[in-house]
Amino acid sequence: MKLLLFLMLVLQSQLLLANAEVVEFSDESLRPRYQQLIEELRCPKCQNQSLADSNSPISNDLRAQVQRLLEEDLSDQQIKDYLVARYSDFILYRPEVNQTTWLLWGSPLVFVLLGLLVVYRLYFKQRPSESQSHSQSQNSDQISPEDQQRLDSLLTDREPK
Amino acid sequence: MNRLALFIPLSLFAVLTLILLLGLDKDPTELPSALVGEPFPAFAMPSLQDPESLVTQQDFADQVVLVNVWATWCFACRIEHPSLNALAEQGVKIIGLNYKDQRKAAQLWLLERGNPYSFNIYDELGSLGIDLGVYGAPETYLVDAQGIIRHRRVGVVDKRVWEAEFAALYQELTGTTPVLGATQ
Repeated sequence: MKLLLFLMLVLQSQLLLANAEVVEFSDESLRPRYQQLIEELRCPKCQNQSLADSNSPISNDLRAQVQRLLEEDLSDQQIKDYLVARYSDFILYRPEVNQTTWLLWGSPLVFVLLGLLVVYRLYFKQRPSESQSHSQSQNSDQISPEDQQRLDSLLTDREPK
Repeated sequence: MNRLALFIPLSLFAVLTLILLLGLDKDPTELPSALVGEPFPAFAMPSLQDPESLVTQQDFADQVVLVNVWATWCFACRIEHPSLNALAEQGVKIIGLNYKDQRKAAQLWLLERGNPYSFNIYDELGSLGIDLGVYGAPETYLVDAQGIIRHRRVGVVDKRVWEAEFAALYQELTGTTPVLGATQ
């Protein structure tokens, strides 16, 4: 009896969970597009959540709106344009390149170029001075004949007998 | 020249600090509005007072109006209501957009707190709200006689906000200067 009750409760709770959100599509091929869109669109009220993550009333409404627009056969781009026209670029987690966002998109490139410039300056600009010091050391490599003799004797001593 | 170049990282750092410092003052919940400078979206919705009659954007054509998004479930709207009453008393035409609310509760609210609105649009499902880019009540739009949205405020309109954001523009459009008291 207890087991039966337990089973009933467990099954019941799963039913409740499954009912949390059921989105019905006339065509199942819309579902992956819907899922991708709501993960890429940002909840205007809760700022750091996507429409998919957020439970706020406005996110519910916007999810329903995205679903409606998908059923109306709008393309993903058209749906994004529709929402941007109403909620501004803010609604996109990946904003498009335009007048206000070019700096945002361009700055990584600028920083990489700056970094390359620094590397170039540190590495290549030092070469002339490096080769200079190299030639200086070559000059000092020329040792006196006495030293050379000493070195030769040392080297021959060390040779295996 | 080389010695000056040594200061480049420091100056870059200073500029970045300045930008971030200015960023601290910005309210992150304030979204840029996509609709300022655009015409008020066309709509045909039931009126709050009379479910049988439809209201449209033509009902405030050729007039400078405030469109105020409100609901009885919205706490900040309670705080804002006296300001709207005061503005209406001074001749400001205010259109209400009753947003995702219950008709009965909203009608009662207007009886209890006074009705500053010329009429109310009853947007039960929030569809006009989506067209306006509403993401939280209260919101207030200033619409000019050509039907163009000139300003949008998300949040309560009180004395400070009216003076800072609306008064000058309203004066420019209508030639009148309504004022709000310190308590409003």
